[in-house]
Amino acid sequence: MGPTSASSRRAFWALLAAGGALVAVALGAAHYMEVHGHAVTGMNNQVVWGLPHVFAIFLIVAASGALNVASIGSVFGEAAYKPHSPLSVLLTVALLAGGLMVLVLDLGRPERLVVAATHYNFRSIFAWNMILYNGLFAICALYLWALLERRLGGYAKPLGLAAFAWRIILTTGTGSIFGFLVARQAYASGVIAPLFIALSLAWGLAAFHLAQCGLARLAGREPMDAGLHARVRRLLAIFVIAALYFVAVHHVTNLYWAKQAAFERFILVSGAPYPALFWGGYVVAGGLVPLALLLHPGLAGPRATAAASVLVSLGALAFLYVFIIGGQAYPLEIFPGYEVASAFHDGQVDGYAPSLPEFLLGLGGVAAAFVIALAGARALPVLPPDRVAVAAPK
Amino acid sequence: MNPVDQRRRDFLGKAAVAAGAMIAPGVILYDYAHAKAPGDPASPKVRWGMLIDTTKCASGCRDCVDACNRENGLPGSTRPTDSQWIRKVDLKDLKSGKAVSLPVMCQHCAEPPCVDVCPTGASFKREDGIVLVDRHTCIGCRYCMMACPYKARSFVHEPTTGQKPDVPRGKGCVESCTLCVHKVDRGGTPSCVEACAAAGHGAIVFGDLNDPASEISRRVRAATTTQLRADLRTDNGVRYQGL
Repeated sequence: MGPTSASSRRAFWALLAAGGALVAVALGAAHYMEVHGHAVTGMNNQVVWGLPHVFAIFLIVAASGALNVASIGSVFGEAAYKPHSPLSVLLTVALLAGGLMVLVLDLGRPERLVVAATHYNFRSIFAWNMILYNGLFAICALYLWALLERRLGGYAKPLGLAAFAWRIILTTGTGSIFGFLVARQAYASGVIAPLFIALSLAWGLAAFHLAQCGLARLAGREPMDAGLHARVRRLLAIFVIAALYFVAVHHVTNLYWAKQAAFERFILVSGAPYPALFWGGYVVAGGLVPLALLLHPGLAGPRATAAASVLVSLGALAFLYVFIIGGQAYPLEIFPGYEVASAFHDGQVDGYAPSLPEFLLGLGGVAAAFVIALAGARALPVLPPDRVAVAAPK
Repeated sequence: MNPVDQRRRDFLGKAAVAAGAMIAPGVILYDYAHAKAPGDPASPKVRWGMLIDTTKCASGCRDCVDACNRENGLPGSTRPTDSQWIRKVDLKDLKSGKAVSLPVMCQHCAEPPCVDVCPTGASFKREDGIVLVDRHTCIGCRYCMMACPYKARSFVHEPTTGQKPDVPRGKGCVESCTLCVHKVDRGGTPSCVEACAAAGHGAIVFGDLNDPASEISRRVRAATTTQLRADLRTDNGVRYQGL
């Protein structure tokens, strides 16, 4: 990145320290949860995955999508994107590392990570995902090397192709963590895998745009060439629409099945706070408002795109909160046609309330991604060396 | 073939017959007596199961639940974070108003979703159909709890106290009904079954579903029984009558 002035150097170190402090707080929160057990979180035997999983899945899905820019350059041959490929790959590594940090530190036995690395049940999509996550790290490391080292430039295209295929499979795997849950009304659907791919395209491109603008500003450069910005802006709008489409298909399919009607009513209408988060947080604030910002001809500047990217990211968290926590809060239907009561909360909606340590752990994952991206951009020449004029889309 | 090879073959053949004759009675006896010798693997010829007669199960009765808690060293409290390996569920038919009470625990499926999803293989099914969690390889990811159709699993949310030597438990791991495997392997029956019988209810029958002569097999043949979420085809070891 090469900060150009003393003030930008100070800003770099201040941001790095702030990010590092948040990571340290997250490690402290994880230690607190480890010592006292998950009783100090809002999670329980009904909502077994809570706020940390919202952050972790967001980061992992966004990591896959952050590769968009590199893929468009290396795989689809769009030269305008190529100068931005290194940052795209670095951001994938950073977001994936942040997400995995949260996922691992939320385990009941995080110290048994070596067990997870040495015992594989190949019928489990979770086990496959561990291989896919580690594989993406390896491919991205080689890909970044090929992008930055001119002598290895010939390997960039095949490695870019490998990374593209790998991350599509990886996000299919992440969606299938939920899609394969045969017994749960909220999940158990083949559409969740392509839905997650569509979400990853939007969330990852939003993350890339924010990282590109932020790092360029820190380096005292223009955020992005105007022509390329116009393309990214339009692409983000298309990805947001694609994600909304798959979310709509998922819910409309459920609404068609009588057995899913009660669950859909809960998520979309009556089960506070989930309907408000879904409609207000995801559909309006995370979908329609960003679309207006991205498509309105009068808002063509990078600031409007950055605002849209922030909203897409916040909408992502709202979507995942509804998807992951709302999906578990609704009671598992073991006895269809019966009114159910028990001391184990059968038949009852769970009142999950996230605790501070959970939130701090999740936020720490975002901070870890931020720190890795910031330090990586400082150590490696991932920002485009010169301004490249790009033709705006017709 | 030279004469030495022929003699060697004859010897090996006779030795195999003799070894078979020596082992056979033991194998047959093993089939009759289900008590497992320490160190012996679980037999795939056995399928342990339970039949719960809901017509004999009274609402408000917790004899099976209390016995399970005592046997397995569970605290017995019912906060959302507390482990409950077996719970009483009260049902009311929404159309007819018919009320039913029944215990629900791990259904010991032949096709257990918890085993499929476990990344490390900590969730496993023994050859005799008992579904367990290996406390040494469970990483506490809770994916099995997401996958279980019966809400049968609990996560240990706090440090444990009052553990029983036969029933290891630990903070950060997932656990569920073991069908009192420590008793079954010694020829006994699960504590919930014993407590229900001792109280005179006799609502739970335990036995080998693969043994046509066992009481559970005879009852399952004679009466209409139900498996919870039968639509999932998980082939449960726990069957319900009168549901």
